[in-house]
Amino acid sequence: MVETVFIGLYIFVLAMFIGFEVITKVPPTLHTPLMLGSNAISGITLIGAILVVKAVLPQTIFVFGLELNKILGFLAIVLATINVVGGFAVTDRMLSMFKSSGK
Amino acid sequence: MSEYFPFIRDLVYLIASGLFIFGLKQLSRPATAPNGNRLAALGMLLAVLVTFVGKEAFDLPIILSAMVLGSLIGLITARRIQMMAMPQLVGVFNGFGGGASALVAVAQFLIISEAAGAMDPTLGITILLSTFIGAVTLSGSFIAFGKLQGFVTTKPVALPFQQGFDAFMILGIVGLSVVVLASGAPWAFFVLLGVSLLLGVMLVMPIGGADMPVVISLLNSYSGLAAAATGFVLSNKGLIISGALVGASGLILTSIMCKAMNRSLLNVMFGGVGGEVSGTASASSVEGKSVREITAEDLAVVLVNAQSVVIAPGYGLAVAQAQHEVSELANQLQARGVSVKYAIHPVAGRMPVHMNVLLAEANVPYEQLYDMDDINREFDNTDVVIVIGANDVVNPAARYDKNSPIYGMPILDVDKARTVIVNKRSMNPGFAGIENELFFADNTFMLFGDAKDAMARLNREVKEA
Repeated sequence: MVETVFIGLYIFVLAMFIGFEVITKVPPTLHTPLMLGSNAISGITLIGAILVVKAVLPQTIFVFGLELNKILGFLAIVLATINVVGGFAVTDRMLSMFKSSGK
Repeated sequence: MSEYFPFIRDLVYLIASGLFIFGLKQLSRPATAPNGNRLAALGMLLAVLVTFVGKEAFDLPIILSAMVLGSLIGLITARRIQMMAMPQLVGVFNGFGGGASALVAVAQFLIISEAAGAMDPTLGITILLSTFIGAVTLSGSFIAFGKLQGFVTTKPVALPFQQGFDAFMILGIVGLSVVVLASGAPWAFFVLLGVSLLLGVMLVMPIGGADMPVVISLLNSYSGLAAAATGFVLSNKGLIISGALVGASGLILTSIMCKAMNRSLLNVMFGGVGGEVSGTASASSVEGKSVREITAEDLAVVLVNAQSVVIAPGYGLAVAQAQHEVSELANQLQARGVSVKYAIHPVAGRMPVHMNVLLAEANVPYEQLYDMDDINREFDNTDVVIVIGANDVVNPAARYDKNSPIYGMPILDVDKARTVIVNKRSMNPGFAGIENELFFADNTFMLFGDAKDAMARLNREVKEA
């Protein structure tokens, strides 16, 4: 487990550096779309949420006749999907407004 | 075949990460940006689909119904939302991202805590971290949303000994973490969740409305870190990479916003500027002076006879939804051979470069939008500047008045133009609550009224002039 986390840390730090490099080059005009677009990417937690619904509790806790992890997973999937779909869609709409004068 | 599934999944996550990075890279130019966004979306689609690859039983009805519900809400929001409300939307989305991470962490805790006793320390720490970051992002974002929407006061609200209280809560979280790791006790875990939520509220409440662009950027970064923390919990490299990218992006935007206000992040977080009526020095400098008004009719004549006009928009333009009228004015003037440029201050509005999006909505070509540094060189040679609904970002006190709360903040040097027109609804001070001597300057004329009405009046007069 410790090794896995360390591999994760290596990946995390390197990805941060890539992020810094790529994003410093984004001009101010595009900062708002960048923020929404990157926000949509952070909705990748969706994958985690899907995996949680799948998981089986050793001793299942039931709430309203449903397994607790499924309720939590359901909520997490809804939130993350709103984040992902809404984020990409609104960024797309916003970017379609950015027009050049044709020069 | 099935023994290859983990490799296939990792491979697709790698491809998705590549698409995210390439997509973000393409976001650096307006021409390629739409494509970049779609590439990132494609990456996300692949990453989500490959998660289903495997022979394990998925509870598809639950997963799919949640995804359909989320997609519908997301699509409808994306279609309906006004560009003016973008900061609130980012606030909510940040919160949802953080909330999802926290929920995943809680579920994961329940899954392993049933095994009872002390937790695997590494896994335990990642779960606690993910819960903590996710919860702070969730509650902090909703306070930020409330402040932007106006149902939470935009004034900095701080308890006495606020910082001591914050420190106490952080110590509490550390202490509870030790208890959870040692015993796996659910009560300690849920108290920790609650304290983290409270901490998010406490960290954002003392921040004034004028500093919201910084807070939104910072929470954006947190939402990425929350996703990365979830990645550590699930040992999912795709989540770690994506989270790190967003974390980096949010941090860069935060630092750009701080620079644009000449404040350090610590000062924004704990300084509590914004909302307090302060700056006695600047108030005295305008004492005894009065403002001069100009009518739309006179202004129209001035404008059509000018050679160069610069428009400096602020949040007031967004509130009044005047971007279409402003763009019409610019078009009219350009048709008469007047050069028109827009001066964009990085913190005008309530999120990073909010103005660009609003003006883009009104079909203003982005070549006409000038960053602060570029346009500041031109004010000396500008005939007329029209300041619309901006205040603090054009306050000359920032350049020299050491007592002013905004001292040192880079501003648009509009006062250097030959004539300055300021459109405001009233003489109320701006978001930071500071008097603005620009309004009393010898070359300044005030055009009072709601930005949308004032610009519509001006458009009619220019047509006749």
